[in-house]
Amino acid sequence: MPGATLIALIPILPIASFLFIALVGKKYFPKFCGILGTLSLLGSFIISAITAYQYFLQNGKVNGIYTQLTPIKFSWLQFSPGVSIDMGILLDPISVMMIVIVTFISLMVHIYSLGYMKGEERYATYYSFLSLFTFSMLGLVLSANIFQIYIFWELVGVSSFLLIGFYYDKPSAVAASKKAFIVTRFADLGFLIGILVLAFYSGTLDFQTLITRLTTHTDQLNNAVTTSFLGMSALTWGLLLVFMGGAGKSAMFPLHIWLPDAMEGPTPVSALIHAATMVVAGVYLVARLFPIFSISGQTALHVVAYVGIFSSFFAAIIACTQTDIKRVLAYSTMSQIGYMMFALGVSGYGGENGLGFVASMFHLFTHAMFKALLFLCAGAVIHYVHSNEMKDMGGLRKLMPITHITFLIACLAIAGIPPFAGFFSKEEILQAAYHSNMTIFVLAVITAAITAFYMFRLYFSIFWSKSFVSHHSGEHHHGEASGTMLFPLILLGLMSIIAGLVPFGKFVTSDGKELETAFHITFSITPVLLATGGILLAAMLYKKENSKPQTISDGLGGLYRSIYKKFYIDEIYLFMTKKILFNLIGRPAAWFDRNVVDGTVNLTANLTGKVSVAIRGLQSGKMQQYAIYFFIGVLGFTVLFIYLWI
Amino acid sequence: MNNIGLPQMLIVSSILFFIGVYGFLTRRNMITMLMSIELILNSVNINFIAFNKYLYADKLDGLFFTIFIITIAAAEAAVAIAIIINLYRSYKSIDVEDANTMKF
Repeated sequence: MPGATLIALIPILPIASFLFIALVGKKYFPKFCGILGTLSLLGSFIISAITAYQYFLQNGKVNGIYTQLTPIKFSWLQFSPGVSIDMGILLDPISVMMIVIVTFISLMVHIYSLGYMKGEERYATYYSFLSLFTFSMLGLVLSANIFQIYIFWELVGVSSFLLIGFYYDKPSAVAASKKAFIVTRFADLGFLIGILVLAFYSGTLDFQTLITRLTTHTDQLNNAVTTSFLGMSALTWGLLLVFMGGAGKSAMFPLHIWLPDAMEGPTPVSALIHAATMVVAGVYLVARLFPIFSISGQTALHVVAYVGIFSSFFAAIIACTQTDIKRVLAYSTMSQIGYMMFALGVSGYGGENGLGFVASMFHLFTHAMFKALLFLCAGAVIHYVHSNEMKDMGGLRKLMPITHITFLIACLAIAGIPPFAGFFSKEEILQAAYHSNMTIFVLAVITAAITAFYMFRLYFSIFWSKSFVSHHSGEHHHGEASGTMLFPLILLGLMSIIAGLVPFGKFVTSDGKELETAFHITFSITPVLLATGGILLAAMLYKKENSKPQTISDGLGGLYRSIYKKFYIDEIYLFMTKKILFNLIGRPAAWFDRNVVDGTVNLTANLTGKVSVAIRGLQSGKMQQYAIYFFIGVLGFTVLFIYLWI
Repeated sequence: MNNIGLPQMLIVSSILFFIGVYGFLTRRNMITMLMSIELILNSVNINFIAFNKYLYADKLDGLFFTIFIITIAAAEAAVAIAIIINLYRSYKSIDVEDANTMKF
């Protein structure tokens, strides 16, 4: 294991680069900041890779079980002898896996942005924000304390807000960043209450102690299970509230509304934050507390499963109708994260039952690769076409060969076609679902088919369909993207092919023991066939420009329109907030505040003012007058004294 | 001489005191006001001496106090005159009515 200092460098390098760029670099050598950010992250990535290598292959195991290590830990804020907010680093299979993913994807995005953001006015600011985000995310996954994770959780939220609103002169970007911040913040309220509930019953904030106390038969667990509130035990409430925070960050229904709008940020940011890293924070959180969920909080785990599968299905349907390519990708992200969530939800703890957990983490890993790749390709396409709309694209396969190939790889991977990465993780998830819950399994298979359909709808609309007509007549086109943009595409494309071959069950399991993941060829026939069917359908409808899609959407009429409008969820939210919340609660409260609360304060102030004006003549500035008051006073006291005591 | 006792002393000091107060309240000239304050202080001195002599003839506390007060009065006069000089520099007058900026 590398020394504690070296591990601490993983998050420290990005924060140092953030501070340096923001304070010094931005002003004096803005052109150089991109290289600087990239280099610091390269350092982080190398250390993470070394750590992962040593943890997984050399000394992470004790008696064949991966243990949890805390190389660094110090008390930051002590509430009582047992309860303190610690700052520490916790290494276990999932956090080690996460630091590798986060630093790798972030590094790719950094390199890609060197080309993509070139010539941008706030180039240096952009890199400082990227560094800040990477720091927060690394801090989040390495947290050893549930409150520490909350702190970094909020930092991630803030940096996401900054990056979504990067083009702050665009009103839609500002609105999107506010929306993302408010929605996730609202969810985090639940998270905070959940933390407090769990901490209250377990008497600790430390992850390891928390998990031990709430999974073995202790007084704390007894207390938490027997105390009930509104028909559910306190433990279930705590876990559900924590999950609410996770659902907010991971864009689970009904807190998903911010994710599609978040696509207003620069595309590499979408790749980094809204595809590969931040949005899986919720999954990570559930995985972190997984022993509690699976051993003592089955009810909460069922909620996780159903929310996951519903979001997955729901987002897949919406994705079929969207025309903005980034929005399609956003909904597919939501759908895939739903996959990870329900995989956790159907999983048990330990041994064979823990297959869902392994599958979920595996899917997180592969998804990060191909989803980042999809977004980066979309970025290259948008860079070329100067538009997000599908109708402006088409026939780009000859013009951008490398982007085309890598995008195809990513689409095959997400559709679950063997031997690409997504196939393996998806099969594991489906197997886990098959063994535990039939409803979820059926829905998941259907979702997989829809996924294949809409991804290839996207692919054919961008690269095939009609021949490309530039909307910028007279402008000379720059052809395929530059080298710094292509390099990450190729690397991620390679990863999307080979990532599925990693024997994941050996490394990341719910209880640290190795799990041999069996692979049933007969089982995978149905999903693969369905996915292929989805692809063929997409090919039929979108490969050549024709009127069939239009006919179908017209045929569906109102249904199509409501799906296109994302089932009016945004409108429902607006109605709920504007009409109900604002009118029924907001306005009366504002009236009360303005008239009663302010009124009382104003009355006091006015009264004081009036009295002061009335008696200010006493303060005449004439010394002798004061002396007279003084003598009169003394005389008065004397008389009083004589009258009372003599 | 024998009929001069404590009451007579107190009467003199009271008269002196009220003359001082009257002067302090009516005069507008700061120097005169300062002098009035001296009168008030001296009336207190007389009180101390008188009580000391007629009530506790074997003690010296009253005398000590008197000496203290005389010393402090001298110091105070110096300070007061310094203030008056400064006021004069600002207002070109030593009339208290003119120094009326310290009001609402």
